[in-house]
Amino acid sequence: MPKSKSAYSTPTKVSKLETHIIVVWVDNEASVLSRVVGLFSGRGYNIESLAVAEVDQKNNLSRITIVTTGTPEVIEQIVLQLKKLVPVHKVGNFKREDKNVIFKEMALLKLIGNSAKIKKALNACKKFNPVILDQTNKSAVIQITALRREIDKMVKNLKSHGLISVSRTGAVAMTRGAEIFN
Amino acid sequence: MPKLYTGAEIVFKCLEEQKVNHIFGYPGGAVLPIYDELKNHTSIKHILVRHEQGAGHAAEGYARSSGKPGVVLVTSGPGATNVVTALTDAYMDSVPLVCISGQVPTHLIGTDAFQECDTTGITRPCTKHNWLVKDINDLQRIMHEAFEVATTGRPGPVLVDIPKDIQFAKTKYVSLKKEKKIEVKNKNKFNQKDIDQLIELMNKASKPIFYTGGGVVNSGPKASELLRELVALTGFPITSTLQGLGSYPGEDNQFLGMLGMHGTYEANNAMHDCDLLINIGARFDDRITGKIDEFSPKSKKVHIDIDPSSINKIIKVDLAIVGDVTDVIKSTTKTLKKKNLNLEKSNKQKISKWWQQIQKWRSKQSLNFINSDKIIKPQHAVQRLYELTKNQDTFITTEVGQHQMWAAQHYKFNKPNRWMTSGGLGTMGYGLPAAIGVQVANPKKLVVDVAGEASILMTMQEISTAIQYNLPIKIFILNNQYMGMVRQWQELLHEKNYSESYSEALPDFVKLAEAYGCVGIRAENPDELDEKIEEMINVNKPVIFDCHVDQAENCFPMIPSGKPHNQMLLGPKDQEENKITGKGKALV
Repeated sequence: MPKSKSAYSTPTKVSKLETHIIVVWVDNEASVLSRVVGLFSGRGYNIESLAVAEVDQKNNLSRITIVTTGTPEVIEQIVLQLKKLVPVHKVGNFKREDKNVIFKEMALLKLIGNSAKIKKALNACKKFNPVILDQTNKSAVIQITALRREIDKMVKNLKSHGLISVSRTGAVAMTRGAEIFN
Repeated sequence: MPKLYTGAEIVFKCLEEQKVNHIFGYPGGAVLPIYDELKNHTSIKHILVRHEQGAGHAAEGYARSSGKPGVVLVTSGPGATNVVTALTDAYMDSVPLVCISGQVPTHLIGTDAFQECDTTGITRPCTKHNWLVKDINDLQRIMHEAFEVATTGRPGPVLVDIPKDIQFAKTKYVSLKKEKKIEVKNKNKFNQKDIDQLIELMNKASKPIFYTGGGVVNSGPKASELLRELVALTGFPITSTLQGLGSYPGEDNQFLGMLGMHGTYEANNAMHDCDLLINIGARFDDRITGKIDEFSPKSKKVHIDIDPSSINKIIKVDLAIVGDVTDVIKSTTKTLKKKNLNLEKSNKQKISKWWQQIQKWRSKQSLNFINSDKIIKPQHAVQRLYELTKNQDTFITTEVGQHQMWAAQHYKFNKPNRWMTSGGLGTMGYGLPAAIGVQVANPKKLVVDVAGEASILMTMQEISTAIQYNLPIKIFILNNQYMGMVRQWQELLHEKNYSESYSEALPDFVKLAEAYGCVGIRAENPDELDEKIEEMINVNKPVIFDCHVDQAENCFPMIPSGKPHNQMLLGPKDQEENKITGKGKALV
């Protein structure tokens, strides 16, 4: 091994990456999102998708859902660092494989073509609760909700069915059953 | 109708209720209403610095030597950006600071107004929290919350950005006592089971060690007292990080000295070979651990810390105890006594072998250096400074570099809050303004900044502040005409290519001192050193002491990069001896 010239140690073995969904309840106040996002960028954590909106107007609470990948150590750090932020109330952490949690993303798809073509497209996304939001005799806007990889696949398939524009959200999550996360 | 107060008045009412006596600051357009109000509040003294970075470091020195939060007042734009280094420094070393900055009037925010900058945006990553006050009715709550956040849990800096129109606006003020107490999350998350588990580990251990850090100092003077009791009760050896120095007496026999990159041979080897490592208020910094994979490979590890995110961040531990150091040690000693486990006696046999091993490491005398009677060795200068000042309650600050490590190695501290150094961020230029803050908090005490000639020039202007307020700080410069630590790394790792590390065109420090109106003293050979140091101590004025030291001296022992604790590089004396005996070559 060549002699290290650095005053810092060299990186050592890295454990396996996992994908997690982090749910953060925060005060809905100015710059709260930049505090959360800044924590991720400042410490070199990764954000795959992000969804945020106010969920409790009375208590002024927003719910941020972040999909991230990292080693188990990094994920643990993300949760602990988030908990230290002053406007953060609680933090939920779920593995993507977690069977007790539902994850959904929404996509709006714009398709060009005659009604027969659009009907075919609609049929193709039957599994993902398609809703027609707008339709003319040569176009349609369809809303679907599904998992990220399912939407990825649909987008690819619909290219031949006249898909010309896609708009997508980040994932949102909810636990199954009667329990809520505390 | 209740009396209405301006924003500026409310700022001072909050400061008074928080029992603030000193603020460090520099005026400017966007804080003028607050400065105008200063005259009406005689219990608060303003210390005018010469650069806002100086205000920040002075407030750090004040906070670390007094245990109270330091308060900084700066203007918008450049005032705020200049204080960023000090805020980051305080964030890294967990120093409670409350920085109040002026901002352009609310309606001009976002228009690139004169001296406008996104202060809360810039300081977001280097504060525990910050606030932009957009409504006068929020000001009081935010001010008190700022003090709360800065001083509770793991302490740190906060910033309150107050637009100029808010400083003029009026509202009513409710005294803090009448206000509902701000809810404090309970910082202690441990229970008796954790303590019992710790004691069981202590009971089983045959090679234990305490590794203590700045958290002990931050927890308050009581923590240091309790630590001493715990160490005596257990008979275990103890080592300390740079920031923890002073929480345990430096000359005590159970103390192995500082650990880490420039720690002692015995402390680092004990860390490597121990079977129980009890971390109290330290954070496994990379200057401490060396190579992570080979860090203390055979030990059970316990981590006591108030900040849950410090635990398992770098080193996976077997037992985590989240809580205030004072409370955790108190519970531990209480349980130890209740169980009547006199570890010192019962464990004596078990640990005695461990102590024998430690004595062997100790006999290396790794801090030794080859002294000279012709030229002042920097280590010798620090040793003499210690010998000549240890009879009084002395406060030491430092800049960053070789002199800092020599001060840490050769100056022995017996009390907490006596040692102020920039460890996490490593800010050259920290020591002089920090010394000013220390002297403000401790008016009658001896305050010495052990400095290097390169560091001191970074915040030299603050000597004016010392003169203005008759603060008799002593700037003890170990002048080797090099950025010594840079030169050392270049010598060891970059084939002696001393790229830009020579301090060219240095000022004459004695004349410089005179120009500022303080006293300049120069020492050039070992014979005159003691006499000159005494002269320095006896002057009741700020002193710049220009101590000319060996230019080629390196700081040993050291852990070379990428190496574990048990592969330390020892000083030239030992290297020579090893060559002769042919033994221990692996150490080099």
